[in-house]
Formats: sequence, C-alpha cells, structure tokens
Amino acid sequence: MQNSLDPAMPLLEVRGISKSFGAVHALQEVDFTLRAGEIHALLGENGAGKSTLIKVVTGVFPRDAGIVRIGGEDIAPRSAKAALAAGIATVYQEVNLLPNLSVAQNLFLDRQPMRFGIVREGEMRRRAKALLADFGLDIDVAAPLGSYSVAIQHVTAIARAVDLSARVLILDEPTASLDRHEVEILFRIMRQLAKRGIGIVFVSHFLDQVYEISDRITVLRNGRLVGERETASLPRLELIRLMLGRELAETTSARASAGEHKAREVCASFENFGKAGYVAPFNLELRHGEVVGLAGLLGSGRTETARLVFGAERADRGQARVEGTPVRLQSPRDGVRHGFGYCPEERKTEGIVAELTVRENIVLALQAKRGLHRPLSRREQDEIARRYVKMLDIRPADPERPVGLLSGGNQQKVLLARWLATSPRLLVLDEPTRGIDVGAHAEIIRLIRELCDDGLSLLVISSELDEIVTYSDRVVVLRDRAHIEELAGEAIDVGNILAAIAADSVAVALEAHT
Amino acid sequence: MRGLPPVLITAIVLVTGFAACAMQFPNIASTRVVGNLLTDNAFLGIVATGMTFVIISGGIDLSVGSVIGFTTVFVALAIERWGVPPPVAFVAILVLSAAFGAAMGAVIHIFDLPPFIVTLAGMFLARGASFLLSTESVPITAPVYSTVSDFALRMPGGGRLTAIAIIMLVIVIGGALLLHLTRFGANVYALGGSRATASLMGVAVGKMTVKIYMLSSLLAGIAGIVFSFYTSAGYSLSAVGVELDTIAAVVIGGTLLTGGQGSVIGTFLGVLIQGMIQTYINFDGTLSSWWTKIATGVLLFAFIALQQALVALARRPAAKRAGAAP
Ligand SMILES: Nc1ncnc2c1ncn2[C@@H]1O[C@H](COP(=O)(O)OP(=O)(O)OP(=O)(O)O)[C@@H](O)[C@H]1O
Ligand SMILES: [Mg+2]
Repeated sequence: MQNSLDPAMPLLEVRGISKSFGAVHALQEVDFTLRAGEIHALLGENGAGKSTLIKVVTGVFPRDAGIVRIGGEDIAPRSAKAALAAGIATVYQEVNLLPNLSVAQNLFLDRQPMRFGIVREGEMRRRAKALLADFGLDIDVAAPLGSYSVAIQHVTAIARAVDLSARVLILDEPTASLDRHEVEILFRIMRQLAKRGIGIVFVSHFLDQVYEISDRITVLRNGRLVGERETASLPRLELIRLMLGRELAETTSARASAGEHKAREVCASFENFGKAGYVAPFNLELRHGEVVGLAGLLGSGRTETARLVFGAERADRGQARVEGTPVRLQSPRDGVRHGFGYCPEERKTEGIVAELTVRENIVLALQAKRGLHRPLSRREQDEIARRYVKMLDIRPADPERPVGLLSGGNQQKVLLARWLATSPRLLVLDEPTRGIDVGAHAEIIRLIRELCDDGLSLLVISSELDEIVTYSDRVVVLRDRAHIEELAGEAIDVGNILAAIAADSVAVALEAHT
Repeated sequence: MRGLPPVLITAIVLVTGFAACAMQFPNIASTRVVGNLLTDNAFLGIVATGMTFVIISGGIDLSVGSVIGFTTVFVALAIERWGVPPPVAFVAILVLSAAFGAAMGAVIHIFDLPPFIVTLAGMFLARGASFLLSTESVPITAPVYSTVSDFALRMPGGGRLTAIAIIMLVIVIGGALLLHLTRFGANVYALGGSRATASLMGVAVGKMTVKIYMLSSLLAGIAGIVFSFYTSAGYSLSAVGVELDTIAAVVIGGTLLTGGQGSVIGTFLGVLIQGMIQTYINFDGTLSSWWTKIATGVLLFAFIALQQALVALARRPAAKRAGAAP
C-alpha cells in the first residue's frame, strides 16, 4: 500500500471522458475527482450517465475520449479484471453475482485460497463466514447463492468488493435492496475503509443517505457534469435543482381522503390466507381506491404476502374473494384473470425481458391478458407505449429501444407501465421506487394517488417508511413472516411502524395466538 | 455439494438397471463383462469428460466426433505411410487438436458467436480434412499397437482391465479433480452461471473460453488415439455421431444443458449407463442394436424433464433461507 496520503493529490482522476452509444451521448466531457479517504457521492437522474461513467472508468465499456489516472498514473483498463489489478473494486448496479455457485465461491471467485493448485475449500468457507459476520450475516456459505434473498446476495456482492482491498471502491446503488439495519452496517464499514485511506464512490437515489455518508458530491445531468460540491455546503433543494435542472414540485402532504375509506367497497379480500413455512395465515381486505402499505424488515414476509395475494405462490389455506365472490387463486394466470397485477422487486429475473423493446415490454401483460387470438394491432401498441413513456417520463423517449439498454431506473418504470397498461383492479407493487430518482420518485407517488382516485386498489411494499406513510390509507406491519399489526388513519406514522416492528413482546404474544 | 441430487438419481438408475440385467442374465455381473464395458466405452468416457466442462460452462462442442475421426486417420497414415514413430505421431496430433480447439474457443469469444455454430463448422472442417487425408480404412500394424492391446491388469473373477480402460479412468478422475478442486473448475461453473457477470467479477472470460474448448478438443484427440488402439485402424468415417452420444452421456449424468451445474462423475455414470444398455442388447441377441439409441433417447427425455423440474423448484424463492441474523 502506497498511502503517502497527500490530500492535495487526487487518488482517482477522470478528465474529459466522453462515451456515445450510437446516437445517444451517454457522457460528454465528464470530469471526476476522488481523493484518498473520502466518500464521494455520484448523483443524477435516471439515465444521467452514472453507471456508464463507472463502466467506462473500469474498462467494461471502451471510452471514446478522456483520461483516467489513479495515483497520478494513466490507466486504460480493458476489463473489470484489469481495473481491479489497477486498484479499483466495483459493485455494478446490475450485479447479481452467480446464483449457481456457493456463497463462499462467489466471495472468493478467482482468488480462492490455494495449496498445491487446489482450492482450500475449508479455509475458503471459514474466511467467507468471517467476512459476512462483519456484515451481521450468519448463513450457510456452502449453499448456492441463488437460494438466498436479493438483499443477502447484494450484501455478498458488497462484501466481496470490500474484501478485494483495492484503493478505490465503487458502489453503484448498493443500498437499493437493503433495509435500515443493513445500510447502517454498510455505512459503518465504508467509514472504516475511508479512514484507512480508501476512496469510495457511492451512487444512490436516497438523498438522506447521501447527506449522512458522503463528504463530497458530483452531479451529472444528461451525460454532462453539472457540479462538484462539498456535501456540507450544498443544501438539499439546491442539490435537487442541480440534478433535475428545475425545482421539484412539492408533493408530500398527508392523504386528503383519510377516514373516507370505510365507505369504499371491498375489492379483494383474503381470509385466513397463508401457506405453511411461508407466511402465517392472515386476514386482509383491500378496498377500491385505497393504498395498503406493507412494512417490515427484510425477510419479514412482505414479498411473500405479495406473491400469495397475486397467486405467484399457492396458498395452502384460506379463501380469497374478489368483489365478494370466492375465487380460486393458484397461479399468476388466475391472478391476472381476476384483474390483479404484480410488479416484482427482482426486475432482472422476474420482470424485464432485456432483448425486447420498451413497447413490447409494456404491452406484454396486456397481450397475455387478452389472449393470443386477439392480438393488439401495431397502432394500438404504439399508442399505449407512447402514452406510458410520456406519463412516466421514460428516457430516452424511444419505444423501439431494447429495454436492456435503458438505465436501471428507467427499466423499473417500464415494468410499472406494463402493469398499468392492463388497467388492473388490484396492483401489487414491490419496492416501486427502488432505484428511481427524486424527480420520478415524486412522479410515481403522485401517480399512485391518482390511480387510487380512479378506483384502483393498491398493495405497496416499501422499505422507505416515509414513503409508505405518505401514500398509505392503512399499513400492515409484518414481522417473522406474520402480520402483526394494522395501522390506519391517524395512527400511521413512522414512529408507530417502527414501534410495531420492534415490539418483540407484542409479536410473541400475537404469534402465540395464531 | 453442487449437482449432487441429479448425480444420485443417475447412480440409482445405473444400479437398478444393472441389477435388473443381472437378474435376467446372471453372467452380466462379472468382472469380465464390466472390464469389456469399460474398454468398449473408453473413448466415449474420455470425450465426455471434456464435453462436461464445455456444457457446464454454458457451451457445446459438436466437433468432437470429427476430431476423433481425423485423429485416427492422421495417426494411421503417420505411422503406416509417412514412417513417423508412434510417440511423435501422438504428440503431433495432440498439439494439432488442442490448437484446433483453442481456435474455436477464440472465434467464439472474439466474434461473440454461438458455440453451436462455431463447433458445427469445426465438425465439418475436421471431418472434411480426414476425407482429404484418406477415404479408405488404413490398418495399423505397428508393434506398439499389439503391445498396448495385449496389456491388461487381471481383475479377480477373470476380467481384464485394459490399457485404454485405465487411460479413461485416469482421465475421468483427473477431470473430476480439475473441475471440483481447482480455480479453473470454479471458473467453468462461473461462466455457466453467466458470462457477463463472471466477467464483471474479474474472471478472464476470453482465456477461459479458449482453454475450455482446447481441453475438449485435446481430450477428443486422446479419445481418437484410444479409438485407433481399439480398432487398430484409421478411418475417416469413424466416430460419426459420437458428439451426440457424448452429449447424451453428459446430460444423463445430471449436467444442466444450459450450463452452471454438473459433474464429471455423473458423466462417467452416464457413459456406463449407455454401455450397460449396449451390453444388455448384446446378451439378449435378438434385439437390434438400435434399441440402444431408443433406450438412450427415453432416458434423455426423462432426465431433461427431471432437470427442468429441479430447476423450477430451485427458482422458487427459498423461504427457509431468506432470514438474516440481525
Ligand atoms: N449498453 C448500452 N447501449 C446503449 N445505450 C446505453 C447502454 N447503457 C446505457 N445506455 C444509455 O446511456 C444513458 C445513461 O445510462 P446510465 O445507465 O449510465 O444511467 P444512470 O445514471 O446509471 O441511471 P440510473 O439511475 O437509472 O441507474 C441512458 O440514456 C441509457 O439508455
Ligand atoms: Mg445506473
């Protein structure tokens, strides 16, 4: 380690980087400077070019122009491996690691402890366990990574990058699928690393986190650098203005219609619904024009509830009713037939078809619902695609672009559009705002409300309690795969939700009941 | 361990199948029959070991049968016509086949072409080249050939473990060790999981691709030499269609055709199952040898269906594992 720690000398220096994909100028003459020992937030709207900058710097994409220096030396890595050799470790935004390999193999891929050319499996597992223990994770590291939740996979990816002990650590939206507790652990580790002189680049759409952890901020807009500031001297509104290039219309005010919901008709109800070993039986009523939030820690059963409600997982007890009529709900097909829609949290594996265009992705569910013998005409498809691209501000506004080439946040919007296009009666959204920028975030929350006013019933999962509080009429709190509390009206606030999540004694008492 | 359940099923199929055969023809359960089975399928076991690496890495190698054919012709001509000493001929053909595989791997990686297409071209190329060398069967009479053919370890019960069977067993064991215990092996699984992700995680995907196809062709070359020992001849039409038997053995052995999972031991069991069916048909005497293909086909279907079911099961979000310790 050559850490002479000259604060004036930048650790990583990027000058005049440009990158185009065909006609799209993803980056134009971008500069970026990272000092040793600092945590530097890289911010911008969806599609601003953050991930592209990271990929160009680490050699995943060839650059059109510009230079990259690390410790004063020019580097031109041509692969992630070469970047690593130059001292840059990266967790890319879309990283899923390798689900077919064990957790330990994922952590130590290509750098396993060896003896006489043979991987020391026992030693590797021991180290993997110790490494994950730092992140508060105690799991069987010999099991395939794919058998664990997205959050655990993400922690594993971060742990791997941290353990590479490079001079520069780049984390592209590392906290998107983590809950508060894990974020705290990550931040603690980031601070430790920064103290050791490592420079950290941190991309996030959670501004609270940015203010909590970062020393400096660089903002990109439409592929251009718009500013580099000290975090402490950059007020939040100013930051948002830099990112969006305009003021953000204020959205947060409590829902107007609280209390009114009692009069609304029940859209779908679930009685003693559950599945052994998956989610404890619960009762849930979803009314027209109402948002029900599901809150709880990771692994508390939120996603599992959503999958049962949609039919993606088969319940082994209880009765589902739609508009009062008992229905069978055994497969996603049943769900779609009853007018349910489901936006899963794992958009890469469960939602987006990367090779298809934006238009094709948007009409997918609608077409499936209509059946193959009633194809949508091309004109109808174009019309639908154009409407949603505009409504959700999907960028670039080109319905014929393969979805795989969109930025992460824009892919998320396409997925949302797909289900909106089916005009469902009940829409289940699992982390709808994850990876979505502040502008679009406000847009989506406004949209959620508008949809409700049109009579749609919504079940929304989110790790962001502020967000849940903003749009929910009722909040169901989960813990250890059971519904433990339902809050309504005035009772909905962050404090109450946290209290419910933390109330061990209450949870235990309730569990004893069921 | 990875891939164990499908392997277990393959093992169960083999054991019950063997038991059923032995009930009908008690003579089958003898070291003599088993020894012959290993000898007859030695070349298949060797290529299948290489194919296992290719398929686990998410690829396919259709050229192996042609490489075997080319090797037999080349070796026969070199020894009999060109007067090359056998060891030199062997080394030359192994270098040649390894280079051939490396070239296919490089083309697949650099031009980002489907392995199916590239190795299909390789298949025609190698087969065509062997016809160019000679269209007729060339018998090999060199003394090494009779020495090697006569060599065998006696097993209790009168069976013979021949030299080529031993070569096959050594390669299978070596292949299993390489796949399961080394960094190279772990990278093979990584490529099968996802090439793009493996590359982002710092695996040298290009080099790995070249090495994997090189290994497959090299083993096909060795299988070709073994085949020439087995038949004492070189013939441009030998081992036609062997690539398909090989793929079948790999899949029956529990390796996922889409990559990412599998084992060499499973492949070896798959080879034995095919050999067992062949042996049964020989014992029966009335059945056409095409029944081997039909039985193999049925087994293949059964295994692919089984794997799909297992994959579907694995995809379901694992409720039991989702919890993280606070
Ligand atoms: N491989 C690619 N081919 C073509 N265009 C691409 C490719 N990758 C990114 N783009 C385009 O480059 C632009 C910048 O995308 P990038 O992924 O860098 O955005 P981002 O700032 O990371 O956004 P997000 O916050 O949504 O992740 C977008 O317009 C995107 O459509
Ligand atoms: Mg991005």
